[in-house]
Amino acid sequence: MTGLFPMWEVFIRARRGTSHMHAGSLHAADAETALQAARDLFTRRQEGVSIWVVPSGQITASNPDNADSLFEPAADKSFRFPTDYELPAEVDHM
Amino acid sequence: MTTPQQRFDSLISNDQRIEPDDWMPEEYRRTLVRQIAQHAHSEIIGMQPEGEWISRAPSLRRKAILTAKVQDEAGHGLYLYGAAESLGTDRSELVEKLHAKQQKYSSIFNYPTPTWADVGAIGWLVDGAAITNQVPLCRCSYGPYGRAMVRICKEESFHQRQGFQIMLTLAEGTPAQKAMAQAALDRWWWPSIMMFGPPDAASPHNARNMAWGIKRYTNDELRQNFVDMTVPQAELLGLVVPDPDLSWNDERDHYDFGDPDWEEFAQMVRGEGEVAAARIATRRAAHDNGQWVRDAATAYAAKHRTAAA
Repeated sequence: MTGLFPMWEVFIRARRGTSHMHAGSLHAADAETALQAARDLFTRRQEGVSIWVVPSGQITASNPDNADSLFEPAADKSFRFPTDYELPAEVDHM
Repeated sequence: MTTPQQRFDSLISNDQRIEPDDWMPEEYRRTLVRQIAQHAHSEIIGMQPEGEWISRAPSLRRKAILTAKVQDEAGHGLYLYGAAESLGTDRSELVEKLHAKQQKYSSIFNYPTPTWADVGAIGWLVDGAAITNQVPLCRCSYGPYGRAMVRICKEESFHQRQGFQIMLTLAEGTPAQKAMAQAALDRWWWPSIMMFGPPDAASPHNARNMAWGIKRYTNDELRQNFVDMTVPQAELLGLVVPDPDLSWNDERDHYDFGDPDWEEFAQMVRGEGEVAAARIATRRAAHDNGQWVRDAATAYAAKHRTAAA
C-alpha cells in the first residue's frame, strides 16, 4: 500500500463540563490506534480529559454554497433576540 | 447573484477566514499547499539536527526536554500535513515530493550542529525566528492553517525558552563553555536572519500573498522584529552578535543591521552540501523502515474488521 491509513477527525473535551471540540485530523489504521495517536498528538500538555475519533468520511457537512439560504434568514427575525424588546429601565436587566 | 470569486473576495476583504469546502482561486490553493507543505516538511526534517543530540545531551533532564521537543516537531508536522490535506492533497503525495526533492524544507536545517551549544542556539534563535514568522500566521486567511499555527505557537514558546536557558547556563559557565555559546551564536546568527527569506524587493509574491491574507507582514518587517527582539537577549547573555554593522538607530527606533550572504542562502535553498543529502537520506530511511509497522497495523485492522463482520 503506497497510500495512507484512513483519516479520522479528532474531538477533545478540554475539561469536565465542556463539550468535545474539533481538534484536527490524523491517519490511523483503526479506531483504537486513532485514539492512541490522538492522545499523543493532541493531548501532550493536558489539553483534554476525553477524546472522540470519527472516520472523516462519516461526517455529512452542509454545503457552503447554501450558507446564505440556510443561515441568512435569521438576520431578519430580530424578534428572536432579547435585545429586540425595549423595556422600562426598572426591568431592563430582565 | 454573487459569483464564487466575489464571495471569496468579500470574505478576504472583511478579514474572514476561508474554510476547506469554500470555493477559492486555484492559485490561492496552490500557494497554500506549497507553503503549508514546505512548513510541514521543515518540522519533520527539523527533528534531525536535534534528534542527533538526544543521546549526548548533558543530563537526564536535558534528554527528556530534547525528546519532548523533537516529539513536538513531529506533532507540528502532522498538524500541518492535516491542514494541507484539507486543501485536497494526499499526505503521501507530499511526503513523496519531499523525498524526491520536488518540495523544499527550510534551509536552516542544512547546517550542522557540532556542539551542545548549537542545540541551545537552535532553540533560542531558530525557534525564535520561527515564532516571529508564525505568530502572524495564526491569523492566516485559510482557517485550518491558522488553527494549526495557534497550536504550534503555544508549543514553540517552550522550545525557545529551553534554548535560551541552555545558552544562559553556558554563558554563565567556564570560559570554555562561554566560548562554546559564542561560537554557536556566530554559526546561527546569519542563518537565522536568512530564515525570513529574501528581501522584499526580491520577493515576487509578497504583495499578492499579503492581499490574500496568507502573509500579514513582509519578510523585511519580520526580520527587523526579530533583530530588535533578539539583540538585547544576546546582550543579557554577554555574547556578541557577529554583525559589525549592528547599531541602534534612535531615529528609526530600530536596530540597523548588515546584509547576510544571499549567495550562501541560495546554495542552501538549492539543497547543496553534505548535510542536505544526509537529511533526505535519513528521512527516506525512517519512512521505508517504518513500512512493516504500517503494513502490520493495516493487516491487524483488516483482520478485526473481518472478525466483527
